[in-house]
Amino acid sequence: MTQRTRNWLLIAPSGALLLVMLVLPLSFVFVFSFGERGLSGGYVPAFTLEQYANLPARWTAFKNTLILAPLGTLAALLIAYPLAYQLAVRTDPKWKTLLLVLVIVPFWTSILIRSYAWIYILGGQGLPALLESVGIENVRLIYTPYAVTIGIIYGYLPLMVFPIYVALDRLDTGLLEASSDLGARPLTTLLKVTLPLSLPGVATGCMLVFILLMGEFLIPALLGGGKVFFVGNALVDLFLQSRNWAFGSAVAFTLIVIMLITITIYMRLIARLQTGREDVAVM
Amino acid sequence: MKYEPVVRNDTSSAVAELRHVSKRFGDVEAARDLNLSVAPGEFLSFLGPSGCGKTTALRMLAGFETPSEGEVLIDGEVVNALEPFRRPVNMVFQSYALFPHLSVFDNVAYGLRQRRPRLSSSQISEKVERTLDVVRLVEFGKRRTWEMSGGQQQRVALARAIVNEPKLLLLDEPLAALDRKLRKTMQIELQDLQRQLGITFILVTHDQEEALSLSDRICVMRDGRIVQIGTPRELYDAPASRYVADFVGSSNFLEGSIESVAGGRAEFTDVSGHRFAGQAGPGVEQRVRGTLSLRPEQIRISREPLDGGHPVTVQNRIFLGEHTEYVVRHEKIGTFIVLASRRAEDREQPLDAGTRAYIAWNPDAALILRAD
Ligand SMILES: Nc1ncnc2c1ncn2[C@@H]1O[C@H](COP(=O)(O)OP(=O)(O)OP(=O)(O)O)[C@@H](O)[C@H]1O
Ligand SMILES: [Mg+2]
Repeated sequence: MTQRTRNWLLIAPSGALLLVMLVLPLSFVFVFSFGERGLSGGYVPAFTLEQYANLPARWTAFKNTLILAPLGTLAALLIAYPLAYQLAVRTDPKWKTLLLVLVIVPFWTSILIRSYAWIYILGGQGLPALLESVGIENVRLIYTPYAVTIGIIYGYLPLMVFPIYVALDRLDTGLLEASSDLGARPLTTLLKVTLPLSLPGVATGCMLVFILLMGEFLIPALLGGGKVFFVGNALVDLFLQSRNWAFGSAVAFTLIVIMLITITIYMRLIARLQTGREDVAVM
Repeated sequence: MKYEPVVRNDTSSAVAELRHVSKRFGDVEAARDLNLSVAPGEFLSFLGPSGCGKTTALRMLAGFETPSEGEVLIDGEVVNALEPFRRPVNMVFQSYALFPHLSVFDNVAYGLRQRRPRLSSSQISEKVERTLDVVRLVEFGKRRTWEMSGGQQQRVALARAIVNEPKLLLLDEPLAALDRKLRKTMQIELQDLQRQLGITFILVTHDQEEALSLSDRICVMRDGRIVQIGTPRELYDAPASRYVADFVGSSNFLEGSIESVAGGRAEFTDVSGHRFAGQAGPGVEQRVRGTLSLRPEQIRISREPLDGGHPVTVQNRIFLGEHTEYVVRHEKIGTFIVLASRRAEDREQPLDAGTRAYIAWNPDAALILRAD
């Protein structure tokens, strides 16, 4: 058996899986998006651009997704980085595993249940009541973009913490000492050594969270209460409630294209940051 | 080359000082009651086997470890609590610790870029280029450090430290990864550099030859303690213990007991009952166990009987170029290593394995030391 055939054989199972589970359904979505809605819903073959022309009707969903997904990613990053740093660099190795487990513990219950919990925390009897008792009145959180953002950060934080933790954990503490030895203050060391070397972890974490957020529907449905909805919610509505498969496919396909474009740009940017270091370092 | 060692009894002008410094890591005592004063411009070596606390001592001077007890002084000031980035000290790390995301040039420039007031980028390039020239890496400035060989990386690490012209340069086995020839070249470079720049060097090594050839003084360590500090010559000619005699140069050792001590001389009986006279080492007392130490080059070997000589059989003869090393065996006393210079050997036929011969030495050459 040549190396080549062996490679093909090794790839075959996952290739077949991808074909059946991803390429085929996506092709359906693509084809459906040019069709029409049947009288009692579903799909009627046709070739029309009508569905795409209708996209502006779902503009709010796109707008919410495109604002809250990057924002949520950024917020998760800002919270996750110090946490991962503390865990990876500052924590005594004895405690690392325990603390890491604490980061994963929330995954042991369903996101549905955890998001329900947030309904109560952010609802009238939760945080707002607490704030009122210290004199801050009329705070409304639940069913606002804030609630959705909080839910997103909470739900996706571990996904951000892990890749960054791994990158920082692999970081040789000798490098931090060398930086300090050469006269760099702690902040300089963070910016010039720690951050650049953990960049791969940051990039992975951001991508993971961002991609998943673009398709999110549960958190906006529960914490946004139908007022703050994502493209994901629009899709649930189009496919399951109004059974407009053709329009749903157009919306879905548009989302995929947007995602592909953003991720390509993002990857280019990261690659530039990692190779073109000289011009950064000369600053 | 003649080189006068720097004056060093004046502790008030010391660049670095350790006063009763100890360091514990849990149960491990990595440093115990270290006392040391390093004079400006001095080249000092820490010599000792793996795990004896050399790196720990350096790390306390650099500021990465805080002593459990005692004081670390730099330029006459106690710096126990001073952060590493505020100390006028640079270190060449045992594991290099080069920044993998920076080019060789940027690695070397790292320390210069931290200077306040800032240096202009032309000043920085000039200094970096000059230093890369010293370590013979001029054409490597653009390379990534992980694209380089171990020896090249080590030279980058060296350049990254010396470019800052610190008051005190700490070198943790900086030449260990180099091949013999390059190591020799770099040793000479190091010595030249040290005299040129007037930087005080503390070098950690477990290569005794390196310590002997480079240092003004050597500090021999064992189990976290300093067992002896002295010039290479002092350590070689007057080791205070068997441990030092063994670690600095090589030596023949006879175990036995000390019979009498008087006026700097001692009488010694080895386990086979032979009596020897010799110089008494420090702390030698009558009627205790002791060791007689005899340097291989102090022993004469001859086919003809020698005055006060001992009959031996040659077991092995090793040609070392300039010298010939013999392994000879005395029936009762045991095995000796003898180092004869080429010229001494020429007068006779070569003493091949199996030949009967005689060895003798001047009683002054035998050192009688405490057993440790
Ligand atoms: N951070 C630490 N935690 C626990 N023990 C340590 C630590 N650093 C050093 N030690 C211990 O202290 C002792 C001295 O270590 P050190 O690194 O100073 O030895 P060394 O003389 O530099 O050895 P080598 O020649 O192998 O580099 C060793 O027993 C080591 O295990
Ligand atoms: Mg060491």
